[in-house]
Amino acid sequence: MAIKTYIEAIRETLAEEMRRDGSVIVLGEDVGKKGGVFLATDGLWAEFGDDRVIDTPLTESMIVGASIGAAINGLRPVAEIQFADFIAPAFNQLVNEAARMRYRSNNGFGVPMTVRAPYGGGVHGALYHSQSVEAFFAHVPGLKVVIPSTPHDAKGLLRTAIRDDDPVLFFEHKKMYRSVRGEVPDTDYTIPLGSAAITRPGSQITVIGYGLMAHYALEAAELVADEGIDVEVVDVRSLRPLDKATILTSVQKTGKAMVVYARRRSTTSTVRSPGSPARTSPGCPTTTSSRTGSWSTPRRSRTASASSRHTDRRGPRLTGGRAAEPS
Amino acid sequence: MATTKKASASTADRNGSNGAGAGHGKAGPGVSKLAASVGLTDADLLGMYRTILLARQVDERMWVLNRAGRIPFVISGQGHEGAQVAIAWALQKGKDWIAPFYRSVGTLLTFGMGARDLMTAQFAKSVDISSGGRQMPGHYGSQPMHLVSLSSPVATQMLHAVGIALAAKIRKTGEVAMSSMGEGSANQGDVHEGLNFAGIHKLPFILVVENNGYAISVPVSKQLPIENVADRAAGYGMPGFVVDGADVLECYRVAKEAVDRARRGDGSTFIEAKVIRLTAHSSDDQQTKYRTAEELADIANKDPLPRFRKELQDAGVLTAELEARIAAEVKADVEDATTYAEEAPEPDPATAMRWVFAEEWPGETPPPWGFTLRGTGGH
Ligand SMILES: Cc1ncc(C[n+]2csc(CCOP(=O)(O)OP(=O)(O)O)c2C)c(N)n1
Ligand SMILES: [Mg+2]
Repeated sequence: MAIKTYIEAIRETLAEEMRRDGSVIVLGEDVGKKGGVFLATDGLWAEFGDDRVIDTPLTESMIVGASIGAAINGLRPVAEIQFADFIAPAFNQLVNEAARMRYRSNNGFGVPMTVRAPYGGGVHGALYHSQSVEAFFAHVPGLKVVIPSTPHDAKGLLRTAIRDDDPVLFFEHKKMYRSVRGEVPDTDYTIPLGSAAITRPGSQITVIGYGLMAHYALEAAELVADEGIDVEVVDVRSLRPLDKATILTSVQKTGKAMVVYARRRSTTSTVRSPGSPARTSPGCPTTTSSRTGSWSTPRRSRTASASSRHTDRRGPRLTGGRAAEPS
Repeated sequence: MATTKKASASTADRNGSNGAGAGHGKAGPGVSKLAASVGLTDADLLGMYRTILLARQVDERMWVLNRAGRIPFVISGQGHEGAQVAIAWALQKGKDWIAPFYRSVGTLLTFGMGARDLMTAQFAKSVDISSGGRQMPGHYGSQPMHLVSLSSPVATQMLHAVGIALAAKIRKTGEVAMSSMGEGSANQGDVHEGLNFAGIHKLPFILVVENNGYAISVPVSKQLPIENVADRAAGYGMPGFVVDGADVLECYRVAKEAVDRARRGDGSTFIEAKVIRLTAHSSDDQQTKYRTAEELADIANKDPLPRFRKELQDAGVLTAELEARIAAEVKADVEDATTYAEEAPEPDPATAMRWVFAEEWPGETPPPWGFTLRGTGGH
């Protein structure tokens, strides 16, 4: 098994899927010769050419809208939105078109399309190169929303997303592209959407996160282990479908849940749901839950959230009840 | 699709040669001078006439049903049908693709839908081929007919047609994709983004703007700083044509040229048909608030239906006997569709949660608790 970076896993999966299935195409801004601004599509244009690796004009709505059409007519487009911050122009096509096409046509049409987008803060991106937009989409019936945190999961989940017959939003935390490495098997494995992973077993509290926060949760768990707190970490991996069973089973065991996300605490109602069902779940009457996210301002804190180094008392902190808002 | 049996059969015989006409033909038996002038046969012309008449009369029936409280909403194609039928006639049914809009009654009937298909959608019955009764009236679509399912936000469908054309080009299928919309909708950003892309890649794509002078109540003078929307075509590196939507055969001729150009690989075309809106915007609109009585009297003179009828009569194609026969057939079709739709079963509420997603996941191992087959997997 080779050790790979997160972005290598993405790039390899795209190439392998394109080799495996001639109907897979890649389109987006700068995805061609340049290979994408983060180089996630590097080498694809050289191997697959103009027809299957398409540099589009700067038109996010068109990128998604035309992908829907191409999906209707026999292709499996993998569209790249250069930064998740710029997905807003495509919101209508995603929410009103892609998500509803199958339902509104009573299964007449389907949209086997994947939309990849680098998201997240902590990379000096300020207001418009840092956003975590997943909660906007995780609310929408008809969309699947996937956020892998390791190269292994990125590969298994991207394969599944591309092979899925419905639209999948695939968010990649850009801070992880080169900082996160891990073992990636050479096999053609897939990971089903809607399966969370217990990445650290523990007995006293369940910390639930995804993407970069799944890593921070693990780091924090190590820190508090010295204080005698035994943390179980759940990496959600896919927000829709959501693996409630794994989350609830863990919370039933530990009796406490904390959800950690890079989004703002005040605007994370969807992502609250991993924690909130626990409160009413039969069999765990003593469960308490809390959420930790970033400030409710347009400009997120430089270190995103959940930084244990953060000392501002109003700021988000992973430990200590002060900033962790009880829900 | 047993639902469309009768209606589809009549669709087939009335435009069996739809899309087959190629260039200018020679007059002869079954091919009048008029038909030859556009490379069609008399059977084509009669088929077009019958389809326009059917579109009109199904539409009129919808209003009667709405006013009688039997259906909740009507949005009408009346006044647009000449351009709609003629333009769709130039495409190849069953092969090419159309992403239509809510007024596309004539387009849909030309491309394979029957009166029953339109009427069951009005009543939101289980046998409605467009959505199984899920959508509002006027939101049509059919995968087997290559009519893309439409939503309510205007103009979004044109990007789907652009994507279909992109796939056709990549897959080398020889298909052409057309999308239609109103002139007000043509101001949406999606139209700019889509035409720009279609122009860059010379996609086999046709945009048809049916300009009826209004976007609900807002006149064209407040929607456009220029007279013709199609003048924008130059900005996308494609030809633009403005055509009189009441001149059925001219609409066909221009559309045929566009289809041929797309099929040859020479790229996209922008067609603007100047049409009239004979009804209010919808059954919920009171158009006398913003249109004068004189204007409404005047547009009746620009109705494509009597004009085309006269053209066919003058050319000797539509005899009195044929006219009576077609009128009787269309009337029977409308009656049949109304009865059929009224008597059809309502959708089963137990199906309301189906098809948010595909219900099978080929190649995936289900997680231990199984997939959530119904609903949205977590809501
Ligand atoms: C994005 C969006 N905005 C507003 C509406 C409401 N609306 C429906 S039709 C319409 C007018 C459209 O006018 P036009 O494109 O000229 O088509 P017409 O109805 O005249 O054929 C409006 C404003 C809508 N459906 N979608
Ligand atoms: Mg209009």
